[in-house]
Amino acid sequence: MKIVTICGAGIGTSGILKVNAERALERLDIEADITATDVASVGVVAADAQVILTSPELVDRIGKTNADVIVIDNYFDIDELAAKLEIALG
Amino acid sequence: MKETMSLPPLPDSAITIGLRVDDWQGAVRAAGQALERSGATTPEYTDRMVGVIEEFGAYVVIAPGFALAHARPGSDVLTEGLSVLTLAEPVAFGHPHNDPVQVVVGLAVTSSDEHVHFVAELANVFNDEQVIPALARATDADGIRSLLGATASNGEPS
Repeated sequence: MKIVTICGAGIGTSGILKVNAERALERLDIEADITATDVASVGVVAADAQVILTSPELVDRIGKTNADVIVIDNYFDIDELAAKLEIALG
Repeated sequence: MKETMSLPPLPDSAITIGLRVDDWQGAVRAAGQALERSGATTPEYTDRMVGVIEEFGAYVVIAPGFALAHARPGSDVLTEGLSVLTLAEPVAFGHPHNDPVQVVVGLAVTSSDEHVHFVAELANVFNDEQVIPALARATDADGIRSLLGATASNGEPS
C-alpha cells in the first residue's frame, strides 16, 4: 500500500499530513508507506500509489491518476483522516 | 513516534500578537518579517511565501483559522526557523472550509530532511484542537511559547 501526501512546496503541509496520516493508519491497524511530495512531482511519485491525500485547494492540479484522491479539510483532525482513509481503503 | 523532536527556538522577535492586517498577503508578509527579524530568513523568503499561495492557492490553511506559511528551502533561508503571528481580526485566505484565519505560523527550513523531523513536533502540538484558539487568545510571547512547547533560544526551556 502506498499513500502520497501533496502540497505546493513539498514541505510543511505535506509533512504534517504525512505524520497525521500515519497516526490515523496506526489507529486503523493498516500498514502503508506514506511519501510527502509537491504538486509538480505528483505524476511521478504517485504513479504507483493507491491513495493521494491533499487539500481542497490542490485537487484540480493533480491531473490524471488511478489513485483515490482524498481531500482533507483539517490536517490536525486524526478522526477526519481515519474516517476518510477507512472509507477509501476499507 | 513518541520521541520528542524539539521545535526551533521562538524568540520574542519571531512572535507578533494581535496585529491588524488588510488581507492574507499582509498576514503572510508579517509572518515572514518575523522570520527575518529572528535571523532565520532574508526578505526574499517572505516574497516566496506569498508567491507559493499566489501560485497554488490557500492550501496552507490546513485547519480552521490556521495557516502554515512556508516556501521551499533556498539560499534565502539562513537557519531553520518558526514565527507566530496572531491577528486582531481574522482575514480570509480563500480556503473553502478553514477561513477566516487568525493564527499564522511561518516556517523556514534549510532542507527537506531537517524539516520533516520538527514538522512532526508541530503536528504533535496542533493535534490538540484547543491550541489554535488558545494561541489566538494569547496576550504575550511566553504564553505563545508555552502553548507550543517552544523555547526563546537554543538551550534550556524558558
